[in-house]
Amino acid sequence: MNNTICLKEIAHARSGDKGTGANVGVIAYTAAGYAFLEQELTPERLTEHLHELKPQGVQRYPLPGIRAYNFVLPGILDGGASRSLRIDSQGKVLALAVLEMQLPRPENLAQMQPKSHQS
Amino acid sequence: MTSIRVGNAAGFWGDNLDAPRLLCESGQLDYLTLEYLAELTLSILAHLKSRDHNAGFVSDFPTVVESLIPQLRAQPNLKIVTNAGGMHPSACAVAVSTILQKGGMKDVRVAAVAGDDLLPQLDTYLDAGEPFQNLETGGALDQIRPQIASANAYLGAAGIVEALRQEARIVVTGRVADASLTVGPAVHEFGWEWTDWNSLAAATVAGHLIECGAQATGGMFSDWDRHGAPLALANVGYPIAEISDGGDVVITKPSGTEGEVTVATVAEQLVYEIGDPAHYLTPDVDADFSQVTLKQIGEDRVAVAGAQGGPAPENFKVSLAYRDGYMATGSLVICGRGAIAKARACGQMILDRVARAGVHLQRTNIETLGGGDSVPGGWPDRPEPWEVVLRVTAHDPSKPNLERFLREFAPLVTAGPPGVTGYTGPRPKPYPVMAYWPTLIAQTRVTPQVEVRAAGDWT
Repeated sequence: MNNTICLKEIAHARSGDKGTGANVGVIAYTAAGYAFLEQELTPERLTEHLHELKPQGVQRYPLPGIRAYNFVLPGILDGGASRSLRIDSQGKVLALAVLEMQLPRPENLAQMQPKSHQS
Repeated sequence: MTSIRVGNAAGFWGDNLDAPRLLCESGQLDYLTLEYLAELTLSILAHLKSRDHNAGFVSDFPTVVESLIPQLRAQPNLKIVTNAGGMHPSACAVAVSTILQKGGMKDVRVAAVAGDDLLPQLDTYLDAGEPFQNLETGGALDQIRPQIASANAYLGAAGIVEALRQEARIVVTGRVADASLTVGPAVHEFGWEWTDWNSLAAATVAGHLIECGAQATGGMFSDWDRHGAPLALANVGYPIAEISDGGDVVITKPSGTEGEVTVATVAEQLVYEIGDPAHYLTPDVDADFSQVTLKQIGEDRVAVAGAQGGPAPENFKVSLAYRDGYMATGSLVICGRGAIAKARACGQMILDRVARAGVHLQRTNIETLGGGDSVPGGWPDRPEPWEVVLRVTAHDPSKPNLERFLREFAPLVTAGPPGVTGYTGPRPKPYPVMAYWPTLIAQTRVTPQVEVRAAGDWT
């Protein structure tokens, strides 16, 4: 059995720009998934995943009422919306790339997946 | 308990032109809000105003009002609050009033809310000790003083409330905080005190959730495909916030529309473009979103609870834009085996030929779209595609330098590797860059100016 999972199996997310940086909010489908994210989806791991974009000082903020973590990623938009030379100058698609992150496979994976997705 | 229904049918300038009419037809709204101003929109409007003294506002809005005339007649309680005024709220009020008058509605009262434009008095504020330091870099304003194109304070809801008190049915503002478009109607209807922080925070979270239009109702939803059952969005409904006098909030959308309002779609919008969720700052309130809870209470109905508020910050955020040279982008399609490596080589050839011509560009970037460059390094590996889009972008103070750069794309078809295509249509042109300078000004220096007249008296 594969010893990793894709973040998308247990969470959904949205991203956008914050000046010359961006934010990504990652929302767990279940309480078990949220507890897992607390341990595994650290600022260090996200910084590593997006290292080519050179994030400087990633911050993680909890929103327990919606089982989410908001990550603020300063400086990753190459100068921000109007100065960025990149196609995704506003960080709109960052969330989808973050959802492709691989995380260690948890034993209780089934408790983290959304009911509507279980077959 | 009384409550109001506030809909939003524009999340940016360029949003769907039919959305306001569709939302008003089926939304049973008390208020329609339309949010048009992204951070740099005002600098574009400042440029338009400098060329035509009747311009400088969001020209979509009079068109929208024209489409709403039947609804304004059929629903006498329907009001509109929008920041379409941009750099010139009074000119927008005149344009809207002309449309209303043509539609036989000369008695409708229209408000212009201004006072956000700081540029005419900028030197006075500097002399008075406002530093306008860059919040991100700490840089001093004199670095860019000659290039400033626009400087606007984010106003709060106070000017909107005053306009509604003077019985305006259409309120046209310049730069106000996006959420204040929703806070204004709530404060007006419920008579909340400006220190009723929790109520102001509840309305602010409602405004934040609907300000980007369909992003609350299924647009941008990251679980769109739901493992093979995609969410239908062609006829997506735009969002409505039901707000009660006690600060209860429900997000919903018109029945019979596509998209969906679920805990998941609303949660994604709650986190959209926020920083520290415990301090979502507007001129109205320091709102704490961190303990917000969402509950599905019916089909396409989500209750939002738990927002807390604290005293508003002492400084207004300022949206300041300055001219920062030019940018240009060209693209080609590169096909066949090894398309990604070939595209990179082509991009480098373009830059090498520009350099050979003696032109040294300040900033350049080569991207291979299809090869994962939308988020460099962020996507897992995939089999090599058969074609990619080569996109090369440059930023430079000199427009002629960028024109020289853009000439180097077409020759790649004949003087480059095999498999180069996609060069049709006119050659792209360099465009001016407006850069953003985030800064602050003391609240006490900024006062909203409200003018309310019947449409017949604006024209």
